Amino acid sequence: MRLHRSSSGRFAFAAVLLVLPFVIDALLGHGWVRIADFALLYIMLALGLNIVVGYAGLLDLGYIAFFAVGAYTYALLGSPQFGLHWPMWVVLPLGALIACGFGVLLGAPTLKLRGDYLAIVTLGFGEIIRIFLNNLNTPVNITNGPQGISAIDPLQIGSFSFGSSYEWLGFRVDDVHLHYYLFLAFTLLVIFVSRRLEDSRIGRAWVAIREDEVAASAMGINTRNIKLLAFAMGATFGGISGGLFAGFQGFVSPESFSLMESVMVLCMVVLGGMGNVGGVVLGGILLVVLPELFRNAAGPVQQALIGRVVLDPESLRMLMFGMALILVMLWRPAGLWPSTQRRREFAAEDSVLQQEQETVYDARK
Amino acid sequence: MPINRFSLFVAFGIALAGCGKSETASNPAPNSGELVVRIGAAAPLTGPQAHIGKDNENGTRMAIDDANARGVTIGGKKVHFELLSEDDQTDPKTATIVAQKLVDAKVNGVIGHLNSGTTIPASAIYFKNGIPQISPSATAVRYTAQGYKTAFRVMANDAQQGKALGEFAAKVLGAKKIAVIDDRTAYGQGLADEFVKSAEANGAKVIVREYTTDKAVDFTAVLTSIKGKQPDLLFFGGMDPQGVPMIKQLRALGIKTQFMMGDGGYTPKLIELAGDAAEGVYASLPGVPLDNMSSGRDFSRRYEERFHQPIQLYAPYCYDAVNVMIAAMQKAGSAEPEKYLPEIGKTEIDGVTAKIAFDEKGDIKGGAVTVYEVHQGKWHVVQTMGGAPAAKP
Amino acid sequence: MEILLQQIINGLVQGSVYALVALGYTMVYGILGLINFAHGEVVMIGAMIAMTVLQALLTAALTPVLAVLLSLLAAMAVCMALGYSIERIAYRPLRNAPRLAPLITAIGVSIVLQNLAMMIWGREYHAFPLPFNSTSHQLGGAIVNDVQIAIVIIALLIMSTLMWLVHRTRMGRAMRAVSENPAAAALMGVDINRVISVTFMLGSALAAVAGFMVSANYGIVHYYMGFMLGLKAFTAAVLGGIGNLRGAMLGGVLLGLIESLGAGYIGDITGGFLGSNYQDVFAFFVLIAVLILRPSGLLGEKLAERA
Repeated sequence: MRLHRSSSGRFAFAAVLLVLPFVIDALLGHGWVRIADFALLYIMLALGLNIVVGYAGLLDLGYIAFFAVGAYTYALLGSPQFGLHWPMWVVLPLGALIACGFGVLLGAPTLKLRGDYLAIVTLGFGEIIRIFLNNLNTPVNITNGPQGISAIDPLQIGSFSFGSSYEWLGFRVDDVHLHYYLFLAFTLLVIFVSRRLEDSRIGRAWVAIREDEVAASAMGINTRNIKLLAFAMGATFGGISGGLFAGFQGFVSPESFSLMESVMVLCMVVLGGMGNVGGVVLGGILLVVLPELFRNAAGPVQQALIGRVVLDPESLRMLMFGMALILVMLWRPAGLWPSTQRRREFAAEDSVLQQEQETVYDARK
Repeated sequence: MPINRFSLFVAFGIALAGCGKSETASNPAPNSGELVVRIGAAAPLTGPQAHIGKDNENGTRMAIDDANARGVTIGGKKVHFELLSEDDQTDPKTATIVAQKLVDAKVNGVIGHLNSGTTIPASAIYFKNGIPQISPSATAVRYTAQGYKTAFRVMANDAQQGKALGEFAAKVLGAKKIAVIDDRTAYGQGLADEFVKSAEANGAKVIVREYTTDKAVDFTAVLTSIKGKQPDLLFFGGMDPQGVPMIKQLRALGIKTQFMMGDGGYTPKLIELAGDAAEGVYASLPGVPLDNMSSGRDFSRRYEERFHQPIQLYAPYCYDAVNVMIAAMQKAGSAEPEKYLPEIGKTEIDGVTAKIAFDEKGDIKGGAVTVYEVHQGKWHVVQTMGGAPAAKP
Repeated sequence: MEILLQQIINGLVQGSVYALVALGYTMVYGILGLINFAHGEVVMIGAMIAMTVLQALLTAALTPVLAVLLSLLAAMAVCMALGYSIERIAYRPLRNAPRLAPLITAIGVSIVLQNLAMMIWGREYHAFPLPFNSTSHQLGGAIVNDVQIAIVIIALLIMSTLMWLVHRTRMGRAMRAVSENPAAAALMGVDINRVISVTFMLGSALAAVAGFMVSANYGIVHYYMGFMLGLKAFTAAVLGGIGNLRGAMLGGVLLGLIESLGAGYIGDITGGFLGSNYQDVFAFFVLIAVLILRPSGLLGEKLAERA
């Protein structure tokens, strides 16, 4: 985040992040702290997808599969399902590693595909993973099928469990707060890695491939390995996030990993600003918070405007969400907070802009 | 400029605080001196199952309005009940958010959720906060087997219902060769598995097991391969949106086998949409027939008057769930969750669906299941399987 | 043998349904290179309108044939207006935006249409009041009914009409020109905006026909029906080579056949290890295999490295 360059700014920002769950709790209650926890999980997911879509320009519609792999790894190794209760610091990295493996597995056969063909294959891959999870209860019961896996161990380090409540100095700290700090730490780690990658040789190679694969390859970039690396890195973040999700929920079932979830994560990346870490974080927060905000607003707003609730607030909520997606995209086509590079492309270079205008929709890159 | 940004944050916070306050202020007790008891309800109100979710909300609402109309006193105090309904979108993650919000809103009890996939993760939150939860429709055995003393249901679980259905198919209908399709949801697969167990225990043979999804509308492929195996009976574990086209395609393919579903099939919509093809279809519903009890007939008449549509599915169970909760509160003389929670398990009422009483796990005791058949465009009672007869002292 | 024949018929019918919807996807993609993700919802709106109008006309005691035709026309008209507005509001302003921007607005449009439909037609399923009894015919032991035959014929008919339109008419030439090189087409006097609008309206009219046929076949209409259908049709279009009309037809029929034969025989092939629950897995594996061997689909043109 480039927002806070001065050290005092950083300090203030860190302070805000630290007290945030308690401020939210005091003002809006535990429910909103839980929403903040989910927002952090989705930010991690969106940042992972950002590597694939934002940096390397590979459209992935099955990203939630890696989240699922991470979540099921955690669930299978830390629940009564197999009677295994491995510690978090083993299971989380393992989940990330397995997800990473799946990332390569997906990446390898699809390297030749471009654009929308890649999109449909990744979509298929995501569905295949979900269908297997949903059906691997016979002939051998591995995933417990549609019933899902419950009673998953909470996230814990030693005897300290993030799923419990503690009293410190007369100050009550609940599970939602503890998870907030845990997820925040992981999110900051993911942000740090993302920013580092962006400025690295690899990051620049990704951007080169996104902009022009042929030219990139001509410049001596091993496009195959670099693309695979993008899939692997993105999947790893998804895997970590999935493990955290399983431990937080205590329950996983295949319905949490539907296609719609992949689409939502993609929306976060694009709406926030592809390729820009700050933008993606913003997109993640908005898309988790907006539907919840509309949930509370749809009824009262009608009450205030026309005096009674005419339209069902629930259908209105999703309607407003859909409209928000359209309006934001029309208002800021490059995303709410695009990367500086993209902004430059958009604003200044008249000749480039001219060229791009001539290719309608500019879709066949 | 960090200071400015920070003050902006603070200002935003204060603004939000204002919102929060005004919200609570707009919900005052109707009469001072009246005790306000909040009942939470959670079901999907958007998405593919929204019509069933709305039906649940309606049933809960009716129970609450009835209670307010007849005037309930708890511990000598007059009580006003309030409904807080939330949409869980059939999504396990949203379900936990909604559960947390209901807990935040200090509900005294929760009626919900609709699906097992949402009920189970949400139950952990209600348990942690000591809020009693009665699900009107979650059937997964696992829900009450987690050891949560806050979890109850007024619906027969998959094991209870599957057992009754399997017995009915094998013994009453005398089916020897059975084909089974399920929709790979927690509900469909759970019920189908229990059905298979029970049918085989009663001497029938399951010759083929096929699958579909809860989004499919074309079943000709699996039905055709079932046709080749010539079963006596086809059981489908799933809901009516799939049941309707499945029956139609079954008959269109010229397959004359008997067709049977669980509670997901016992809907007025099934007959309306499947038309002639629905003739002879069997479906079950936990509890005793609504029409056999005056309260049940009365309930369905008032429901139709009020919501201008027939009962979809679980509204009567929601109605019973609210009433058993209120009865427990009255028995305990308090609406405080920790005070009346121990009473729920000991409370018995004559509900509109059956006599409601719980076993030690929180499942409904007895678990009578009634099997119905479509005859001349109407559901008719065939037989009530198992369970203690209702409305007996 | 009867069973195999029946499975092939099942696949053909199901495949023609996919093809009907896939043609709409491919039309728009062929001209704009844009996946119109809201297409499935337009199909749903078409079905809803057709149902409502048909119901009204039948209660007004119109003759069945006239009622069916009028309701189909009404659905087409509404969908054309809808398609036009979607393009104007959600896609046209984003022509020069990054290529994923219209994808997001398309998803937004989908959500809006779905929830609008839910508010208008309610949450429950509706019967589609087809006023004829669809007679069944025996065909070598297999059974097929009128509606199913009509679906296959109409899909073929529409595909050939579209082929004629694109390759033999002035409008078609303009479409191909825009698809080839919009800037050059504009210089040659083609009104790009008009061509694109017409394409969208055509695609949406097709969606209405598809919506009508699908609901006539399955007998039920629901506000959520467009999602799965759109997804399958999109897969079919890609399988055949997106942007290619014959490809959409081929892809649709192929996907239908793969699904029905897959569901019917996967258990026998794998010795009972995998069942019909892996039907979609099977379909996606075939898709992936095809795309790995032919990265632009079965009939798709090889894409240029850069546009």
